[in-house]
Amino acid sequence: MLVLIEQSLNGLQFGLLLFLLAAGLTLVFGIMDFVNLAHGSLYMMGAYFAATFVAWTNSFVLGILLALGATLLLGIALEFIALRHLYGRDHLDQVLATFGLILFFNDAVRLIWGPAGLSLPLPAWLTVPVQIVPGVFYPAYRLSIIVVALAVAALLYIVVMRTRIGMLIRAGASNREMIGALGINIKLLFTLVFGLGAALAGLAGLMQAPILTVQIGMGENILILAFVIIVIGGIGSIRGAFMAAIFVGMIDTLGRAFLPDLLRTVLSSAAASTAAPALSSMLIYLLMAIVLVVRPEGLFPAAKR
Amino acid sequence: MKSHINARNVIVALVALGLALLPAYSALTGNIFILTLFTRIVIFALAAASLNLIMGYGGMMSFGHAAYLGIGGYAVGILAYEGIGSGFIQWPVALAVSALYALVIGALSLRTRGVYFIMITLAFAQMAYYIASGLSRYGGDDGLTIYKRSNFGGLIDMSNRVQFYYLCLACLFGGVYLIWRMINSRFGMVVQGVRSNEQRMQAIGFHANRYRLVCFVISGTICGLAGALLANNTDFISPATMYWTRSGELMVMVVFGGMGSLFGPVIGTIVFLLLEELLSQFTEYWALIMGPLLLLIVLFARGGIMGLLGRLSRG
Repeated sequence: MLVLIEQSLNGLQFGLLLFLLAAGLTLVFGIMDFVNLAHGSLYMMGAYFAATFVAWTNSFVLGILLALGATLLLGIALEFIALRHLYGRDHLDQVLATFGLILFFNDAVRLIWGPAGLSLPLPAWLTVPVQIVPGVFYPAYRLSIIVVALAVAALLYIVVMRTRIGMLIRAGASNREMIGALGINIKLLFTLVFGLGAALAGLAGLMQAPILTVQIGMGENILILAFVIIVIGGIGSIRGAFMAAIFVGMIDTLGRAFLPDLLRTVLSSAAASTAAPALSSMLIYLLMAIVLVVRPEGLFPAAKR
Repeated sequence: MKSHINARNVIVALVALGLALLPAYSALTGNIFILTLFTRIVIFALAAASLNLIMGYGGMMSFGHAAYLGIGGYAVGILAYEGIGSGFIQWPVALAVSALYALVIGALSLRTRGVYFIMITLAFAQMAYYIASGLSRYGGDDGLTIYKRSNFGGLIDMSNRVQFYYLCLACLFGGVYLIWRMINSRFGMVVQGVRSNEQRMQAIGFHANRYRLVCFVISGTICGLAGALLANNTDFISPATMYWTRSGELMVMVVFGGMGSLFGPVIGTIVFLLLEELLSQFTEYWALIMGPLLLLIVLFARGGIMGLLGRLSRG
């Protein structure tokens, strides 16, 4: 029972991280109609920036804030220099160009930080276990990820649904030409949205960094998970991304934790230990396949344009 | 009548001739490296040509084509490991498993269009990658060494460099010929028709998705053959063969050469792999140059090399 609570929280935490990544991706796609494979690179850069700045400033919080700012700036620069020329082009062109950016970022990181990974040590006040229910302790850092990610999700909801900027963003998503014609500086809006997406990716990366190591290519596998989430949730839908991210995070974490034992009850122990890892990594793709069969447009599709 | 002698066709003929004569050049100069390099290039050209069939003619942007390389390779590797060395069994199995995988993935992925399709083929290929990593009996992450190449009796000696090169080249030319016959057949016309206007084709009474799926399966099967060749070439197969960057590279080869042109992917593969070889001799950080180069090509050179040649020959 204790393990179940702990693993569910882990699943929730992973799901929320995935949401931060998927939200940026789906926001950029919904508004600019732009597929950004390099989103995973921004996630990686966030983690590298954080590891570097935390080491420089000797302060966890300050380092993380600097890293967040740096990823935001990097995203804006990237949009300004290269990506804005790709709006309105074929999705294939966008995929290939941003694939080129991934190659570039991976080697740039290897050149600057070296091939070995970095680690981002936690400050003492984040390593203490917190008692969440009597008798159940949970690491403070993982708990703080849940809190921060939920806060960001709420903030994102308020910004998109309740502010003037958010109104423009939604208007841009439903008809780009029209809000340009109404005198809104659409280029600036696009740059801002892209920067926001980059910052979200960077935030996900730097929050994940202390749990896993900071390494080259760390953004790629998680990016593919983010794709799966977008497909399940429905492209362009932030609400869908949120639901699907939690769902995928839970299934992935719980599957990895409990599937081996579950299989052992039906299979021989040897067969279970070979089948379990493959099956648990397949689980979310199976889920995606099922969603595709039942609802090809995703579970929570954005309103039709 | 339109003349067939133009810059594009001359270059295609020269490249084909060059590929056919390469072993002679290698023997004369004693340069074995170039033969090994081009064996690899020819195999990837076959994979790129198969991808071009669905991307260029079918309008299906598959970002998971490297999965077939892995499946074809693992079919050869696993059978060899289990003591079945005959190529007459290994290769048909490689093709059949690739076709089956393409059938399942295609039937699911083709329920979607556009970006969804790109993402889904990518995700399924990544699933295949994880499954291969989980095959602990066959090396898992570390991959599987193939101690004996496929045995075709006295028909062909796979360990002979020149014979193996010609086998690969025959597969490439055979594959390109097959694709050429296909795109000019009724079937190919329907597939291209569906690419340009699906609704109209549906209205005429064609079952668009069925044609798409068949095209998808044929493409995957051809790429599975490339996978079987690749495993024989490297005497090794590992999950890295089907990592998603490999799928991306295959797409780049197709677009480099010119999507939807018959011989374009072959030329694109030659250019891409030679460039990679050249840059990696020059610097360890070759992707630092290749990445931005790719961006520039996408931004400024639409239609790839064949498109460029086409514009030149129209003058």
